[in-house]
Amino acid sequence: MSEREIVIRVRNLVKKFGNFTANDNLCFDVYKGEVFGFLGANGAGKTTAIRILCGLMAPTSGEISVAGFDIYRETEKIKRHIGYMSQKFSLYEDLTVYENIRFYGGIYGLRRKEIAKRADALLVRLGFSEVRNSLIKSLPLGWKQKLAFSIAILHRPDIVFLDEPTGGVDPITRRQFWDMIYESASEGLTVFVTTHYMDEAEYCDRVSIMADGRIEALDTPLNLIKYYNASTMDEVFVKIARPVQQL
Amino acid sequence: MESNQQIIAKGIFKSYKDVKALEDISFSIPRGELFGFIGPDGAGKTTLFRILVTLLLQDKGEINLFGLDSRRDFRKVRLMTGYMPGRFSLYQDLSVEENLTFFATIFGTTIKENYHLIRDIYSQIEPFKKRPAGKLSGGMKQKLALSCALIHKPELLVLDEPTTGVDAVSRKEFWEMLGNLKKLGITIIVSTPYMDEASLCDRVALIQDGKIMQTDTPANIVSSYSAPLYAIRSEKMHKLINDLRTFPETASAYTFGQYIHLTLTPTAKAEDVVGFLSEKNHTGLEINTISPNIEDCFMNLMVK
Repeated sequence: MSEREIVIRVRNLVKKFGNFTANDNLCFDVYKGEVFGFLGANGAGKTTAIRILCGLMAPTSGEISVAGFDIYRETEKIKRHIGYMSQKFSLYEDLTVYENIRFYGGIYGLRRKEIAKRADALLVRLGFSEVRNSLIKSLPLGWKQKLAFSIAILHRPDIVFLDEPTGGVDPITRRQFWDMIYESASEGLTVFVTTHYMDEAEYCDRVSIMADGRIEALDTPLNLIKYYNASTMDEVFVKIARPVQQL
Repeated sequence: MESNQQIIAKGIFKSYKDVKALEDISFSIPRGELFGFIGPDGAGKTTLFRILVTLLLQDKGEINLFGLDSRRDFRKVRLMTGYMPGRFSLYQDLSVEENLTFFATIFGTTIKENYHLIRDIYSQIEPFKKRPAGKLSGGMKQKLALSCALIHKPELLVLDEPTTGVDAVSRKEFWEMLGNLKKLGITIIVSTPYMDEASLCDRVALIQDGKIMQTDTPANIVSSYSAPLYAIRSEKMHKLINDLRTFPETASAYTFGQYIHLTLTPTAKAEDVVGFLSEKNHTGLEINTISPNIEDCFMNLMVK
């Protein structure tokens, strides 16, 4: 493992809000091409950590680099080298499929010709050429999620952050979505993903589980299951992630 | 069974312009049952629940709730029903206690009168009763919303996706709370997109695209899955699923955690797939016959 290229390096990450410690001395590495599951109960501190890694919030202390850039001095470069998708905010409902692609491509500074080229390739790959000019709100949820993922990596980032990407979709679509994740990871994309579906945790190469602001466990799903003498990740999760009583 | 001892829906249809949200939905739920509607977003669960609690009118069909007609007797239905909508719908700028008092008052009761019903749930958030509801964590909001739905001592509790977006530990706690409410004799209708929660219900209806695909106990749904199901893994899982999809005898192959769940065409045998995969140079191959879970059944019904 030591020879693998590190794309996210976190040492002693601390984030405090007043007296409340949201992230308590986090240390971990994420490798290139890895599907890294970032789990924890609601309120465990996941969202805070993701916001810091995306360069949207400064930590209180710690040494962190993302895609080779420093989290304090190079946040704009970080933003250009990562993609982000969440279930809650993904696409503009009142724009068409193509307008959404063009919009995101423009934000990431792609030239118009390049956007057109990548858009065509993306639509063909997804089999979405026929809905190119349809409004997002007319598409089924599963289609939107596949499209949102493809757009989040349109600018070919090193890392994509997926914040509960599959909530609410049917079980077949959910699996098709994971097929897309695997495919992108096999091409070298690093995938940093949060989920409440514990079977999805088992699809990750490695999983970290947060509780009360700390990382309580980090290993491959198989090793965690063995170590905690469990049969599934669901059991592991329940053993580790006691709910946080938030004040 | 007498009609005042069950909830009966017959042939419910509902469309929004040209979108058919519900098509011919029928079911009956005896008093005291914990009944689940299991299905993804867009299946029609919320539309159905709004019709059940008389907030929306069906285009066609009838619902009788313990002897009351959902249209004609809607006022009485509202008095005996507690409803927790999917989206947090309490007053964000009222305190925890003010919200609860508000719901008690509009139903002509007091917190004190029915405190015993909510004690187990409300006592966990009572230390924060002066806090605005909008400032609560997700799990606490959920407990407050459930308390507000219960405070008028409803006979029927309708909960629309109470566990969506909630972590696995809090979900388990919530289902324990529902189990306790069921013991008090309250009929509970709940919806969820999480297939694993089906086993916590007495009976479930699997719903997809506005239609009920199957209604039964979780155990009967599982035992009605006819094809042999195999759990299979190898050292290269991504290659394994791609290879299985090219195997001509594969009927379905879906990932399930560390395994792939596989069904074969009727004439094929497990040995055939082992032979095929050995030729593809898979190592560490493991194949077992397993019993399906609700998610297997759901996907099987979806492709039918």
